[in-house]
Amino acid sequence: MKKEYEIKARDFVRAGKAAIGVQNILKSIGFEQDIIRRVSICAYESEMNVVMHGADGSLLLGVENKEIVLEVRDSGEGIEDIELALKEGYSTASEEHRDMGFGAGMGLPNMKKHSNVFEISSQKGNGTYLRMVFWVNGNRE
Amino acid sequence: MKLSEVKEILKATVLVGDDRLVMQVNNAAASDLMSDLLSNYQEGSLLLTGMTNVQVIHTSLIAGITAIVFVRGKEPSSEVIALAEEHGIPILKSSFNMFSSCGMLFSSGLKNIR
Ligand SMILES: Nc1ncnc2c1ncn2[C@@H]1O[C@H](COP(=O)(O)OP(=O)(O)OP(=O)(O)O)[C@@H](O)[C@H]1O
Ligand SMILES: [Mg+2]
Repeated sequence: MKKEYEIKARDFVRAGKAAIGVQNILKSIGFEQDIIRRVSICAYESEMNVVMHGADGSLLLGVENKEIVLEVRDSGEGIEDIELALKEGYSTASEEHRDMGFGAGMGLPNMKKHSNVFEISSQKGNGTYLRMVFWVNGNRE
Repeated sequence: MKLSEVKEILKATVLVGDDRLVMQVNNAAASDLMSDLLSNYQEGSLLLTGMTNVQVIHTSLIAGITAIVFVRGKEPSSEVIALAEEHGIPILKSSFNMFSSCGMLFSSGLKNIR
């Protein structure tokens, strides 16, 4: 199955609803708690990044027998130095974001840690695309 | 530790979940940084935080946190209360600061996750 969620940039009231939607779907399908937790965390971190750093975008959940896939894209200004952005503690979050509890510079590192496959592509001025794969039952195909 | 004990130790007020104080919390986490909480799972944990916005509730749902204490007497908005009620997350409010709250719970036997 597939399910697409719209993400609105700067909408901090709605921010997180896509990830909670993903979590509810995975729970209702009956996946194990560990994989639900990992996918939900990655969905939430990526959704928050689009809200804070990107422009309007989308999150696509794909559920198959052997894997769960998250694809997140936005048409914002993109990331100039991806290697730097992936470093723990690196953040360009604004004062406003920090006041809300964000800006630890841990979002991308968390996504990398909790997913089995983590791909990111971004270019300055051309948006950001993330693809994360989670193996069901440790399946590696 | 039961939520009712947490309430007693922190001399806390219950903002949400007065009927669920028998709930057991296994561990606790203390942070104002949402991504810090998401670097590990916090399954069945109590969260102590000075943040009182809707993102704390969303982060808790995602991280598996089952109850929240707002320290230093911080009062959340009615929006936050409603969201916690909707998702069944008990909320306590203590006038102790973060350091003291953690210290008291820790010495009463509540530990951090792993
Ligand atoms: N979708 C995006 N568009 C543009 N820049 C991004 C995007 N996602 C991440 N970045 C950049 O990468 C940096 C690191 O992201 P990361 O999620 O690791 O940390 P953060 O969002 O700043 O803080 P945290 O996630 O800990 O609250 C961001 O500060 C931002 O500069
Ligand atoms: Mg982030």
